[in-house]
Amino acid sequence: MHLLHKGVNVSLSRRNKTAGIAAGAAVFALSVAACSSSGDANPSDSASGSTSDEQITLTVATFNDFGYTQDLLDEYTALHPNITVVPTVAATSNDARTNYFAKLGAGGLADVEAIEVDWLPEVMQYSDMLADLTSDDTTGRWLDWKTAAATDADGRLIGYGTDIGPEAVCYNADLFAAAGLPTDPTEVASLLKGGWDTYFQVGQQYMDAGGNAWFDGAGATYQGMINQVAAAYEDPDTGALTVADNAEVKDIYDQVTTAASTMSAHLSQWSDDWYAALANNEFATMLCPGWMLGVIQGAAPDTTSWNVADVFPGGGGNWGGSYLTVPANGAHVEEAKALADWLTAPEQQLKALANAGTFPSQVDALSDEASLNAAFASGDEPTKATYFNSDTLGTIFSNRANAITVSPFKGALYFQVNDAMQNALTRVEDGSQDATTSWNQFLTEVSAIG
Amino acid sequence: MSSTLTKPDRPTEEQRRAGGNAKLTWRQRRGHWDVKYSPYLYIAPFFLVFAVTGLFPILYTAFISTQDWDLVRNTGSYVGFEHFAWVLQDREFWIALRNTFSIFLFSSVPQIIVATVIAAMLDQNLRAKTFWRMGVLLPYVVAPVAVSLIFSNMFGDKSGLVNTLLGDIGINPILWHTDVIPSHIAIATMVNFRWTGYNALILLAAMQAIPRDLFEAAAIDGAGAMRRFWSVTIPQIRPTMVFVIITSTIGGLQIFDEPRMYDTFGLGGANKQWLTITMYLYNTGWGKFNFGRAAAVAWILFLIIVSISLVNFFLTQRLIASDTVAKKVKPKRVKASKGGK
Repeated sequence: MHLLHKGVNVSLSRRNKTAGIAAGAAVFALSVAACSSSGDANPSDSASGSTSDEQITLTVATFNDFGYTQDLLDEYTALHPNITVVPTVAATSNDARTNYFAKLGAGGLADVEAIEVDWLPEVMQYSDMLADLTSDDTTGRWLDWKTAAATDADGRLIGYGTDIGPEAVCYNADLFAAAGLPTDPTEVASLLKGGWDTYFQVGQQYMDAGGNAWFDGAGATYQGMINQVAAAYEDPDTGALTVADNAEVKDIYDQVTTAASTMSAHLSQWSDDWYAALANNEFATMLCPGWMLGVIQGAAPDTTSWNVADVFPGGGGNWGGSYLTVPANGAHVEEAKALADWLTAPEQQLKALANAGTFPSQVDALSDEASLNAAFASGDEPTKATYFNSDTLGTIFSNRANAITVSPFKGALYFQVNDAMQNALTRVEDGSQDATTSWNQFLTEVSAIG
Repeated sequence: MSSTLTKPDRPTEEQRRAGGNAKLTWRQRRGHWDVKYSPYLYIAPFFLVFAVTGLFPILYTAFISTQDWDLVRNTGSYVGFEHFAWVLQDREFWIALRNTFSIFLFSSVPQIIVATVIAAMLDQNLRAKTFWRMGVLLPYVVAPVAVSLIFSNMFGDKSGLVNTLLGDIGINPILWHTDVIPSHIAIATMVNFRWTGYNALILLAAMQAIPRDLFEAAAIDGAGAMRRFWSVTIPQIRPTMVFVIITSTIGGLQIFDEPRMYDTFGLGGANKQWLTITMYLYNTGWGKFNFGRAAAVAWILFLIIVSISLVNFFLTQRLIASDTVAKKVKPKRVKASKGGK
């Protein structure tokens, strides 16, 4: 810039600078506009202009395997010729969770989005952004606790229940026989009937008889125990963390760590070692929600010794399950509600059970034991019924579902506290810390949450 | 200086104020603009793109780090530097920092030594040269996630291949997923598996560029193979070595895939044994949905990388300055010598 006098130079550069900023701002504004409009992939002509015979496409987003095969979705198109249903499936619940919260505010979710019970409390904070699904058609369709959890303070129901995870006890008959314990499911059920004390006492018998390990790991067993506590970590009224002063939690922790020190296989659930142990008969029992049957069968395809006993320590327990929600800013909210209604009707849930082993949360489906048993016996050989040596798996899990009495309160921080607790149990299991040290570290971690 | 360059037909100030550019033709004016503005125009595209994709996110992250941010509703409330204070007193943050540096050392140091040795071997007159060179690069082609899945299976505590082999030769199983150092070694192994060959090829390229007569001269002077390697090869590839060290430092501080895939949960272990700083950032944001705090972590990480890069820069300056081959050019003196009146 040798050609310019200094004063002119300065004024020019200043003008240039503002122009540059303005241009940058304009580009940025455009990109933001692009972002916000891209969330609206298929803008409807108008809110009121959605006639019933207009050709539309609805998207259903699920994760893992809900049993919503293309065949099942095509049935809906057969009933409603103007509607095409397109499924998208995320690999894991965590991927789905990330995606859900990233797009809930910005837009871009599917017309029908599945959520898991684990992060339902986090979803409930934004219940005003989801369509109210309350309708007369679906009243009384689900178990009471299933709908209560998805109903917000204003009485809006934001999720239609799909499946639940009623828990039974899976046991390895060969290992039971070797330790001189009964092997018939009915006898095992009466042997284990009672509280957790009974479960651990029988475990001690098994260990004394030279058994290898009674259960897979402290974390999995704890999961079954804590889900029977009405308010484990948080105050249901205020949402404040109460876990540090909750004697019930500490008792369960003490009980499970004491038992684990002598009779656990010290495996962290879902680890490579855990899968290998399932195949190698390294432990005798595990707590087993309905969806776990597929996991066991997948990990140990060549064993025939796994059975299911119609019993659960302390009565009943639920682990897992999902809901379908309809984001309120979708293009076809009314049609999406109708689809979610149809997908969670008892008839479709039984088909999903046959497809993927997702156990129904619908009252009518639960009472239809013949259909439940048939669903467990359908599919490719070996079916669940063959693999677990039982024709009455449907009856067993139906009984387990009816035994659930407590609906534990899970607030927005439940996920994080439970994570810290699972880590604390793992530290005791792998021998890196003793139970007291680990508990104290858990308390420290909890105090940092929030 | 400007007097010699000023065009004689420039309008006076009065003429210009009157708007009378009679003496200045349109073409002249365009030429004038060309000289004045076009340089800015030429560099503008980069700065515009950088402003949108680089600068804006950095500044926006800084803004969010002072907010209690709700991602879903896209709103926040001002909390000042609370997040920074919280992160800096969080035990997990310091553990993550420790792990990151530890894994970085366990991976980069052996990696560069081994890569140099491999490159030296490939530099010899081998049969089927291309085959060996491609073979070294094969691990780099495998997706990091696939590598992590295979390796974390091998490093299983009870049923892993590595512990089974150790048991066969009478060594007690190592708790790869419990003890801090073994977990770092296992993760560093994955990193090394992937990057050693890549770095070896870069170093090989540098070795190939060394004039052969240097080796011949050294050989005539009686230097053996080892002596030639230490006294000729190593000094000659020093600039490339510096480049490799810097890139692997940056990569090491951002290590994410391997530790995240090391166990099923991807949270860095029950006692955060292998939690790295980028995992901590990710878990704060996408695990706990605390984006204000995650933004603060991002800025702290940014500052750490900047300071380490500065250290790297000064070390590099020293290294290259002391290097007899790549003389450091100092353009500062050029102008002064020209216009020395």
